[in-house]
Amino acid sequence: MHGFANPKRFQTLASWLTPLLLVAGLVLSAGALWWGLTQVSPDRLMGETVRILFLHVPAAWLGMGGWTAIAISSLVYLVWRHPLAALAARAAAVPGLVFTLICLVTGSIWGRPTWGTWWVWDGRLTSMLVLAFLYAAYIALAQAAAREGVSARIPAIFGLVGAINIPIINRSVVWWNSLHQPPSITMGNSAIDGEYLAPLLVAVVGFSLIFGGIVLARMRALLADIQAEARLRRRASEAV
Amino acid sequence: MSALKPKHQRLILVVLALVALVGAGLLAAYALRNQANYFYLPEQMQADPPAVGQAVRLGGMVEQGSLTTDNDGVTLRFAVTGNDGSRIPVRFSGIAPDLFVEGSGVVAEGRLGPDGTFVADNLLAKHDENYVPKELEGMSEMQAAKMAEETTVGIE
Repeated sequence: MHGFANPKRFQTLASWLTPLLLVAGLVLSAGALWWGLTQVSPDRLMGETVRILFLHVPAAWLGMGGWTAIAISSLVYLVWRHPLAALAARAAAVPGLVFTLICLVTGSIWGRPTWGTWWVWDGRLTSMLVLAFLYAAYIALAQAAAREGVSARIPAIFGLVGAINIPIINRSVVWWNSLHQPPSITMGNSAIDGEYLAPLLVAVVGFSLIFGGIVLARMRALLADIQAEARLRRRASEAV
Repeated sequence: MSALKPKHQRLILVVLALVALVGAGLLAAYALRNQANYFYLPEQMQADPPAVGQAVRLGGMVEQGSLTTDNDGVTLRFAVTGNDGSRIPVRFSGIAPDLFVEGSGVVAEGRLGPDGTFVADNLLAKHDENYVPKELEGMSEMQAAKMAEETTVGIE
């Protein structure tokens, strides 16, 4: 584990892993979306609108997965002080927010024809909207901390505390009466027919690879920023 | 006793903080268990009826065989059932969503009338967690159960 904390070794690894993840993810996602949007048959009740599933569900999982990554990285940063862990948390925030927004927008578009409404304030929808706000707050906080040169400990604590929302989102449809249906996929079981499940799982893998690629690319960009700034500062101090 | 390494001190501190945080979250969720419900089930509404005329939501399953349309063509009457067999009759005038059918879930927004009938201003369809292609719909229950078994993925 400490081996990867070395920024130089990370750079070597990330320089070939980033394009690999992005290309594989794009190919898998495009294939899964083509499969889901054009090849599977309509649902018995929802008809054609079931196809939103293949965008909505992977986006929802990655929206929650993004914050889980922030929380784990924050924990690693707080305990082991790995500087790369703080960068990983910062890098996961923007793609996490984007996937959360995709989930909210596709869910709203899906809700109109199936439920008869764009939006309701039930447990699931509200907790997912809270997640989007948490992401926005985290991004602002982490950027402010980096700009002001404040310790990354403050955003890390926020990342850990915000993780309490993840199990709440997951359990919201079980604990409370909600308009959103209960989970279709639970430990070892799926209420989604195999015809839909296969492209869905491919889409989840593809989206996850894209997510990983974006995180690595953003980590490299943040590292480059830090190195450029350090070099400028060194040069400035030498000039004086 | 040797002093703990700072790394381990931090680990213990963070774990304690997380335990406290999860505990607080669970307590908050427990306290919210009734307030955060989006609708009342029929049994909840019967056990603790809202004031007549108070805006509330009623949710449950549309009872099989209960759906009728009045002579005016736009007024629907049906019964919503809960988990324990309790039922509340509902009246609604307007356009129901496409997924509103007997045996399916519904959330009715409206108010409880003095005669115990729920008068809905709006209906929302609540669908279940099953996603099944159209071709499988006509299958017998046994076939469907077999199919469901086959499509159940084991993640062990």
